Amino acid sequence: MKYILMMNIPKEGYAAFGAWSQRDVEANMKFVKNLNKTLSESGEFVAAEGLALPDQARLVRSGKDGVPITDGVFPESKEFLAGYLIVDVESAKRVDEIAAMWSASPGPGGLPLNMPIEVRRVMSGSAGELP
Amino acid sequence: MKEFLQNAFSEQLLRDLAPQVLGAVVRRFRDFSAAEDAVQEAMLAAFTQWPREGLPQNPRGWLIQVASRRITDQVRNEIARRHRETAVAVDEETAAPADAIEFDMDMDPDDTLILLFMCCHPSLTPSSAIALTLRAVGGLTTAEIANAFLVPEATMAQRISRAKQSIKTSGISFRLPAPEERAERLPAVLHVLYLIFNEGYASSFGAQLQRLDLAHEAIRLTRCTRALLPNDAEVAGLLALMLLTDARRAARTGQNEELIPLNKQDRSLWDKAEICEGTELLTAALSRGSVGMYQLQAAIAAVHDEAARADDTDWPQILALYELLSRVSPSPMVTLNQAIATAMVHGPSKGLDLLKILDSDGRLAEHHRLDAVRAHLLELLGERDGAVKHYRLAAGRTTSIPERNYLFAQAARLEESTKGQ
Repeated sequence: MKYILMMNIPKEGYAAFGAWSQRDVEANMKFVKNLNKTLSESGEFVAAEGLALPDQARLVRSGKDGVPITDGVFPESKEFLAGYLIVDVESAKRVDEIAAMWSASPGPGGLPLNMPIEVRRVMSGSAGELP
Repeated sequence: MKEFLQNAFSEQLLRDLAPQVLGAVVRRFRDFSAAEDAVQEAMLAAFTQWPREGLPQNPRGWLIQVASRRITDQVRNEIARRHRETAVAVDEETAAPADAIEFDMDMDPDDTLILLFMCCHPSLTPSSAIALTLRAVGGLTTAEIANAFLVPEATMAQRISRAKQSIKTSGISFRLPAPEERAERLPAVLHVLYLIFNEGYASSFGAQLQRLDLAHEAIRLTRCTRALLPNDAEVAGLLALMLLTDARRAARTGQNEELIPLNKQDRSLWDKAEICEGTELLTAALSRGSVGMYQLQAAIAAVHDEAARADDTDWPQILALYELLSRVSPSPMVTLNQAIATAMVHGPSKGLDLLKILDSDGRLAEHHRLDAVRAHLLELLGERDGAVKHYRLAAGRTTSIPERNYLFAQAARLEESTKGQ
């Protein structure tokens, strides 16, 4: 069963992150790297990416003749996707464990951030027989 | 390279040789995990060298030699490393096994069977057992298996290596289980083969052009199992079930990969050769007496396959077979299918009565198939609103994109037909 785990960060969270000490930033990076390593060793890792800060984000929609129309910022957005992790696990219980591990990634002073992680099942192209 | 392999001897030969080679190497070195890695490397070497240098005279012997050399090299390196660490002089010639080993070229067909029982050991999780079986018995590369399951190669490599670790820690030895134990553990082997088949059959959708055909791989492995256990009726039953199901594969999706249910399929697309082979296998298996769950499921598939049109389906016979199946191997899924058959024979309200058992049972309470079947039966009963509601509930609960699209389309179709009235 594949799941995507998404870490959403409120707008003000990004500003706070900019004020972290180098040591705290490094501790957090090390934690995430180890988490990915652990999941790779357990045979559950599928993909993980961190996303650039929302400053660089754009909203794009198709205009006339498919020409892209871009919008600069998201004034109304309250939170942004900071990164995601895709895992392939044996059970729903296991994905919750992984989400909790990620949520406990350390913030300032090494204390767990306890960020909410949105867990969504990834759909498959497989289908059973239906009546 | 691919062309060469197909022309000269086919990739299949290499795959067929894999478990025999592995068996020989395990016997020699008594280390399943190291032998399995070494055989994988030998197979990869064959893939690159044989097209260039031609097929060796004795392909099996060649693979055994190469795999054995990998292991002896590894042992040597390990010894050298230890000696470097302890700064003790080393006489490598006596420490490492010799290269030129006289191999017993007689193959032991039981080796493949031993490997199957090992790889499908109940101490492994289903996903580990599947991965290890495909590699050690199926002779597939880690990359091919990873690709089939859409995970990175490194992840699949870890899964395989962990599976081997569990075998090691469980102390499972390389020998054929005693007859009683074999009978006890055969269902686990058949279950793994069935899971591989289902993985392939169910995912006959979408961007899998470059993916390995797991359904055909499962059929090949089950054929091989049957050759080793020719008198087992359930092995034959499983092979028959796979063939009789796979026969319908081309008809189960439309041009845009939409799911087409059994009663709407173009039956001229069904594979007659597979139906014929499956039916013959099943008939022979059923005559042996002890009827198991795979034979019964194959019999149900055969009844469907026999009908020239959906309306010709012998539902009373299917219902009788489901009743038998629910006694031999009861499960909520069997009850669910029994409900459909009941509806076709005794009317939809009788089918819906059976679903109530599943509501109170709870195991399928949140399952999309329960809603999908309920929607279907409500539609047969003429209760459109209820049917629409349950088609949508089912669509929200499935994790399959083709199923979701199909279920939403059913709901939309019903709603439009209501408006038309």
